Amino acid sequence: MSTNTAPRVDGTGVTNRRRVIRPGFIVKLLLMALVNALGITVILAAFRTESWLVLIASVVLLAAADVVYFTKRLLPLKYLLPGLIFLLVFQIFTLGYTGYVAFTNYGTGHAGSMQQAVDATLIQGERRVEGSGDYPLAIVERLGEIGFAINDDGDVRVGTEVEPLATVEGAEVGSSGAPLSVPGWTVVERTTLFTDTELQERVVALRVPVSDDAEDGSIRTREGTTGVIYQSSLLWDADSQTMTDTATGTVYSPSSTGSFVAPDGTRLPTGWYVNVGFDNFIRAFTDSSLALPLLQVTLWTFAFAILTVLTSFGLGLLFALIYNDPRVRGRKLIRTLFILPYAFPAFMSALLWRGMLNSEFGVVNDLFFFGADINWLGDPVLAKVAILWVNLWLSYPYWFLVCTGALQAMPSETLEAATIDGAGRFRQFRSIILPLLLVSTAPLAIASFAFNFNNFTIIYMLTGGGPAFSDSATGLGSTDILISAIYQISGVAGGSADYGLASALSIIVFVVIGVISAIAFRQTRKLEEVQ
Amino acid sequence: MRKHMALGIAALASITLLAGCTSSPAPDSSDGDVAEIVIWTDAEREEAISAAAVAFEEETGATVTLVQKNFEDLRADFIAQVPTGEGPDITVGAHDWLGALVAAGVVNTIDLGDRAADFEQVALDAMTYDGQLYALPYSLETIALLQNVDLVGEEAPSSWDDMIQRGLAAGTERPFVINTGAETGDGYTMYGFQTSFGAPVFVQDASGSYTNEVGMGGDAGTAFAQWLHDNGSAGAGYLSTTVDYDINNELFNSGKAPYTVQGPWAISAFPDVNVAVNPIPSAGGETAAPFVGVQGFYLSSQSENSLLATDFLVNYLGTEDAQRALYEADPRIPAFTSLAEEVASDPIIAGFLASSQGGVPMPSIPEMGSVWDFWNAAEAQIISGADPASTWSTMITNLEGALAG
Repeated sequence: MSTNTAPRVDGTGVTNRRRVIRPGFIVKLLLMALVNALGITVILAAFRTESWLVLIASVVLLAAADVVYFTKRLLPLKYLLPGLIFLLVFQIFTLGYTGYVAFTNYGTGHAGSMQQAVDATLIQGERRVEGSGDYPLAIVERLGEIGFAINDDGDVRVGTEVEPLATVEGAEVGSSGAPLSVPGWTVVERTTLFTDTELQERVVALRVPVSDDAEDGSIRTREGTTGVIYQSSLLWDADSQTMTDTATGTVYSPSSTGSFVAPDGTRLPTGWYVNVGFDNFIRAFTDSSLALPLLQVTLWTFAFAILTVLTSFGLGLLFALIYNDPRVRGRKLIRTLFILPYAFPAFMSALLWRGMLNSEFGVVNDLFFFGADINWLGDPVLAKVAILWVNLWLSYPYWFLVCTGALQAMPSETLEAATIDGAGRFRQFRSIILPLLLVSTAPLAIASFAFNFNNFTIIYMLTGGGPAFSDSATGLGSTDILISAIYQISGVAGGSADYGLASALSIIVFVVIGVISAIAFRQTRKLEEVQ
Repeated sequence: MRKHMALGIAALASITLLAGCTSSPAPDSSDGDVAEIVIWTDAEREEAISAAAVAFEEETGATVTLVQKNFEDLRADFIAQVPTGEGPDITVGAHDWLGALVAAGVVNTIDLGDRAADFEQVALDAMTYDGQLYALPYSLETIALLQNVDLVGEEAPSSWDDMIQRGLAAGTERPFVINTGAETGDGYTMYGFQTSFGAPVFVQDASGSYTNEVGMGGDAGTAFAQWLHDNGSAGAGYLSTTVDYDINNELFNSGKAPYTVQGPWAISAFPDVNVAVNPIPSAGGETAAPFVGVQGFYLSSQSENSLLATDFLVNYLGTEDAQRALYEADPRIPAFTSLAEEVASDPIIAGFLASSQGGVPMPSIPEMGSVWDFWNAAEAQIISGADPASTWSTMITNLEGALAG
């Protein structure tokens, strides 16, 4: 379609528009200026934070946008590009990144790179030497070299990274105790220090040995006014990639799972994330403590998604049929009222229902079950019923709306013809209304199935997945669906997260939904043939 | 030709727009002139921190940017974002996150030097991991027994049974109410009673640090489980999984129950009650020791401005004025000793302070994160009538399995 129009526009435009700048062109120019401004901002920001991947991606995308919109040959792309960019950023990238995480052990003990783990481990291993006091300190500078000047009981001593502390005569000391001037050195003003981030980093990284003997430790400062003697209990050897405990001589070497491990199996607390291949996927299927509860959860997920769609579709259709009858008065008002549950935020409704279903204080038991003590949310079966009921309440208005629309769009002559042919009400419904209705609503039912398959909100807000399986070592419960189980397993809520495993599970869920939807959509094509 | 002109115009317009954008005050521009420290905080503390930041900004010329987040999101976000370089320099946090933060390598040590003496020892201990201090503590929190003075007087009950007797004598709808998080279970609120049976969640070593050995198994644990069952829906009914946080507070506030166990954060929910705060009574014979939580400020290990951030943390937030402002913004028991003594003139604060002195720090080892789900669920099941001994021992087995795996 667009390929047909492209040469025509080109052909006629070349001669006519050469000197004319049309308003549309100015609008395009302004829009592109905005896009470029935004793009350049992102590129600059990415450059500043050294996110090279983002930088490259934004340069490529911006260049693509400029090329597409300022050349004449790429007309179809002018329509497709925004969609393609959205697809790339929001779908492909997210999916790709989840896939990448699924093959790592990224989680609480493995959160950063190996270098970051080394840094953190060295931080944890550097301890204040017992008995060291706080020395008032000044930062001194000489020909680009920085050092510390400390006041050791009136005795000003100066040292640098390579020269241990040595007493300097003739230094002045201020009221705070910190040296004010040191012969041969320039004292760095605090205001200078605060405006120079590079200098700050050098100061924080500087260690001035107390004496020639490394055992004595070295002076460091954390905020630039006091010095304290510290000693490192761990030594990092970059060549052999090992961490050595200076007190015991234990050597910790990097393991394949991203931790420093000693020969006797003890691990240093901080690890880094590494590629673990298919480990996460294998665990999901073979870990016996995980496999059985996940099977139960999977079965319930299917039951929940299918039953929710069936019940809400059925109820919505029933009401739509009834309230589509011209004999019903005030249909518009009633229809509006029907939509109300759909208009409330789902999480609020779920919380309200949670209160109403409370077995002792809830109105449901009080009003409808004569104050009986029915434990709606604490019994594995009743909790499932409660979930289905609340979700029915939440979602039938949607189907009521959709079915009402579909019914009104139905050709009345077909129904009249059926009436003339002597078809009864039920026969009309079964042979004409329902098949015609399904043509337009079946794809929506599949979408609704996919949505409910991952309907985290209602589970989390109503039961939190509970009541818990009493015999499982996973903390899962009998109303957990796959997505809430993944949230539970990922451990984000408890503080010890395993994003790698959670990503692997999400990919499995994605594949399951993808396959089911593909099969189901294929089936709906058969329905269209009815028409 | 026209194409080039168009590109030129577009470029020019872009630059103009860019200039327009950047000339507006952009605090995140790191031109090198203005250093910036970023602090994550929750809504309650934001104002108090910004008050301390004003003095800091004036004296150092640096900018302090506060980013407001939900307290519950802070830990996961901090762990996820610090390694990417997008994290803050400082974040507010609870001490029981410490193990996970150390394992993730996202926190830096801090050194309070002589200032350490200004703080309560229990607060510093809680913020210490493997002998190193990782945060500036600022508040303590714990739960205690709250009682309705008009119904049962101010006197502390001597034991669980004594409390139930007094509660029954008051003739209210129920003698005692406690939040069980509805069906979820709430091991935290119940912990004082659990420790009175001598069943700590993890065994403590000689120095008071928690080991990763589960301590709530054995006879002591079973006795506690039996007690839960005896007082649950299958027994006396004083404990019930129908009570969540709001229902609990409503029952206590409306005088339908004269006793409850709650923290200082719930006091504002009891405007109609003349409240007295006492230590939690013992149910199992030993001292009831509730969890003490400590909140404070963590420093990021990846901070590019760690010098400024440390200066702000130690020399500005660590002062009495700043700690007082934090207390006034969000009244929790101060970790700053002189301030704690000062505010203990309020009997309610004094009651919680006394309860915290009998409490134990909540474990900060990363293993604690795996405990809650199993523990809470088992308690909920036993209170609803499940067999106490087998449910409890299954929970211990599952928990030990999860910790080992």
